[in-house]
Amino acid sequence: MIATLGRFSIWLALAIAVYGAVVSILGARRGRPALIESGQGAVVSLFGLSSFAVLLMEAGLVGHDFSLEYVARNASLETPLFYTIIALWGALEGSILLWVWLLALMTLLTVLIERKRQRELIPYATTILLCISAFFLFLVAFPASPFTTILPVPPDGRGPNPLLQNHPLMAVHPPGLYAGYVGWSIPYAFGMAALLTGRLGETWIRSVRRWSIASWGFLTVGIIVGGRWSYEVLGWGGYWAWDPVENASLLPWLTGTAFLHTIMIQERRKMLKFWNVALVIITFALTVFGTFLTRSGILSSVHAFSDSAVGPLFLGFIGLILFTSFSLLVYRSDKLQAEGDLDSLVSRESAFLVNNLLLLGFAFAVLLGTLFPLLSEAVRGVKVSVGEPFFNTVNVPIGLGLIFLMAIGPLIAWRHASLESLRKTFAGPLLLAILGTGICGFLGVRGLYPLLAFGLSLFTAITVFQEFARGAMTRRRNTGEGYLTALSKLTTRSRRRYGGLIVHLGVALVVIGITASSVFKLEQEVTLKQGESLQLGRYQVRFDELSAWQEPHRFVVQGNFTIFNSNHKVAEMRPAKRFYPTEQQPIGTVDVRSTAREDLYLVLSSFAQDGTSATVKALVRPLVMWIWVGGWVMVVGSLIAIWPDRRRAVAADSVEEYMAWQPGRS
Amino acid sequence: MTKKTKLLLGGSIIVAALAYLINSGIREAAVYYITPSELKAKGDAVSDRSLRLGGMVVPGSLHWEPQTLKLTFRLTDGKEEVAVEHTGSPPDLFKEGAGAVVEGKCVKGGPFQSSMIMAKHSEEYHPPGKGQAQAEHIHRTSVTPRSTQ
Repeated sequence: MIATLGRFSIWLALAIAVYGAVVSILGARRGRPALIESGQGAVVSLFGLSSFAVLLMEAGLVGHDFSLEYVARNASLETPLFYTIIALWGALEGSILLWVWLLALMTLLTVLIERKRQRELIPYATTILLCISAFFLFLVAFPASPFTTILPVPPDGRGPNPLLQNHPLMAVHPPGLYAGYVGWSIPYAFGMAALLTGRLGETWIRSVRRWSIASWGFLTVGIIVGGRWSYEVLGWGGYWAWDPVENASLLPWLTGTAFLHTIMIQERRKMLKFWNVALVIITFALTVFGTFLTRSGILSSVHAFSDSAVGPLFLGFIGLILFTSFSLLVYRSDKLQAEGDLDSLVSRESAFLVNNLLLLGFAFAVLLGTLFPLLSEAVRGVKVSVGEPFFNTVNVPIGLGLIFLMAIGPLIAWRHASLESLRKTFAGPLLLAILGTGICGFLGVRGLYPLLAFGLSLFTAITVFQEFARGAMTRRRNTGEGYLTALSKLTTRSRRRYGGLIVHLGVALVVIGITASSVFKLEQEVTLKQGESLQLGRYQVRFDELSAWQEPHRFVVQGNFTIFNSNHKVAEMRPAKRFYPTEQQPIGTVDVRSTAREDLYLVLSSFAQDGTSATVKALVRPLVMWIWVGGWVMVVGSLIAIWPDRRRAVAADSVEEYMAWQPGRS
Repeated sequence: MTKKTKLLLGGSIIVAALAYLINSGIREAAVYYITPSELKAKGDAVSDRSLRLGGMVVPGSLHWEPQTLKLTFRLTDGKEEVAVEHTGSPPDLFKEGAGAVVEGKCVKGGPFQSSMIMAKHSEEYHPPGKGQAQAEHIHRTSVTPRSTQ
């Protein structure tokens, strides 16, 4: 029943998406409002049908309908309810279904919000979004159907991969990432709509700004939470390994970051129009490419690729996107001439241009490092791997350049910055940052890169604080408000600017956390008898005993350790190994004691069957917590930047639209 | 010099620096995959180079000494065998008769010195998780990070 209904709703949704795509563009071309409205009706039905399909899938999972192959593979009678529910995005078919639903939701929101403000662009954007929906619906209708049934119906399912039911962050990480991926469809759709209509002024940019920041924020959440999941579940003591799957999520984040910066130049100086459309195309293509990388099987080997039906379809889709979008872009290039000009090399414009070069260089290096093994295997027949050393040698210097620009970019003047204004703005922060770097050196920080990373992050943080303080002071002088009122009004009156500055502060925190935790980590692996201790940094780790018990869906062996800091007991830690009946090998569970200063990280590597000894790996990683804190600061900053500012936004946009709208243009 | 020339010059310098970084980085960092037969055939030519050696752990060859954390085993591709030495406990998925990839260096005349072990999950196990993403993550759980300091 579920299978039939599910398949039917997906097929119907596919048909409706195709119908909506056709009538929207026909309506716009022939000037038939009825057709355009019918296309918008299709968007509503699409959302209804895909929500229904998701609910059916959840009903199948929660109701243990093992006649569905997806349920049999990803749920079991013993799996806790929470992990049964989130098994929706535990594997390929379900996660593409989630993708379809998110895209339908965002398309609906876009139509609702922009329908009146972007009368001319919206039917074209709708067509583009429905075409993207149709592609993903095709995937879940045929090669990756989540409603495939199996016979005979198994009595119980295999349950989700233990790694996926080991941590609640699995509920946040994939949906966050997907929302970030899917969200970029909307700026892309508006970019294409602008190219199709030839209305390439700043109108489309205005509509996509919030969507871009929101998608960027979701991607940030996905990436940060993914790092945290990796840190707490995988038991290798790290949060980022330049793994192709991680790289896939970083790529659109990098190009998206570039886009968020250059749209400011276009709004302000009417430059970089061509570049902005190109960036939004690249970012969207990279989100599809990211899904392709994780889903096609191409990661393990070029040869595995041909086995998967989904892989070649993705590759074809990406090819189609790039080819048609760039052809259209070149066709319209005469309408994309810059009206402004670069006045001076010392200006915010050129800081943004360099920032774009560096961000794209970073993205290119990541892409190359990710694909190099595949290229090498395909072209030369030699299997190679490109690991962390490559990414670090190339990306650390680029990253340092970016932090430097992050500190000066927002504060340097548009058009032309005078020497006097530079001195006024940066002399204080620079002196403080140099002083801070000196203190770091005095405290034992060695090496050019770590010192630069700390110094530049400090520089960024200080400029952000200075900017807030100066703004609030000026406001206070002019209006007589209290400090806090002045500060909050300052932020809310110019949300985008101050939100952006807060994001920069978050990045500085993340960089400090990454630098400290990777450069100054301590690590030791020792086999301890009962009562013995190991010494690591300030900590003594004493092995007390092993305990073991049976849980409904797994057997657990836990090591009990007592932690002392110079003879004071500070904690008890319990790393464990969990044995799942469906797996041949145990899953390790680490225990982390997190403080603002450093993390102590314990892994139970192995143990003697009689419980008398245990091999434990202990790591001390300084300032890890600040990576997560910085991540949330970035998210808060982007929330501030997109928070609607009703009064002004509506008025400005409608005037703008009235001015820009010229009847008879297509 | 006009502004445009300056701009182009600055841009070209940045692009050239990026290209140089990427090119030299990839030359240094590419690690070659190799089988025990290839390793035997190449002999001294590859000693002291960073390599990834893949094969099956020969049954009966695995020795794990918890007190010294010394792990020794032999890897085979069905034709040749290579002795491997590693410091650190065996990863969860690592066992005799199963596939493994080790990264490290071959020292002249001695065993292969592994700095990292990636155990392969057995052939019949297909991680139901995030597709290939999950397989990669499973590899990583079993990675023993290079010891530092």
